[in-house]
Amino acid sequence: MAAKKHNDPFWWTLFGAGGTLSAFLLPVHVALIGIAIPLGWLEAPGYESLRSLVEHPITRIYLFVLISLSLFHWAHRFRYTLYDGLMLKHLESYIMVFCYGGALAGTIITAILVITF
Amino acid sequence: MSNAPKISAGERVRYKPQIYMPQMSIFWWVKDRAYVFFIIRELTSLVVAAYVILMMIQINALSQGPEAWQALTDWFATPFSIGLHIVFLILLIFHTLTWFWVAPTAMVVRIGSKKVPGSILIAGNIAMWLIISLAIGWLIVSI
Repeated sequence: MAAKKHNDPFWWTLFGAGGTLSAFLLPVHVALIGIAIPLGWLEAPGYESLRSLVEHPITRIYLFVLISLSLFHWAHRFRYTLYDGLMLKHLESYIMVFCYGGALAGTIITAILVITF
Repeated sequence: MSNAPKISAGERVRYKPQIYMPQMSIFWWVKDRAYVFFIIRELTSLVVAAYVILMMIQINALSQGPEAWQALTDWFATPFSIGLHIVFLILLIFHTLTWFWVAPTAMVVRIGSKKVPGSILIAGNIAMWLIISLAIGWLIVSI
């Protein structure tokens, strides 16, 4: 129990950073790529120009940090949603492995994606 | 107390202590608007995770080549995808606004010895959010 209490500020920091980044950055991605461009309100960027944008080192770092911290934001908040919403406090250790482990797995996959892009 | 029945250790395990543990429904939050608001806010984390997984799929498709990217953008144009993204956008804006709303409570900003009012911080965050969104939007559309 002591170890868990000790780790909470660490998870909370990742949760806070991910919450802030996703709050500022995700809506515009969804609005453009998921809604405005498919509906033809804005012209779709060409494949080559989009590819060279993502190839840029700053874009790779941007995508990695945004995706990874957003996943840790999910992990921490969803952990407590399961505790409070579904009252699964007794499954604490499984939930922690599922949430933080999932975020860590996503972070590793994203690192591979942006490095090998 | 002398009349209390003697209970052996084995029986104590068998007959568990009678602590009152009310069984709560998992829908305990539907009766009050504040709780519904709280649960929706908590569930926005699922949308955050779902969308960044979709971003990973986009990066993967882009790295696979023009055909893979075309297949993904064709799917983006389906009514299902557009409907899904509209739901995502509503919940993400909910996340953004509730995040800004609690930010002054989580982090007190001072100028000198004076505390900056929460409403100014919220307004500043919203202004910054709009500017950043326009900048990213311009970057994606102008390339």
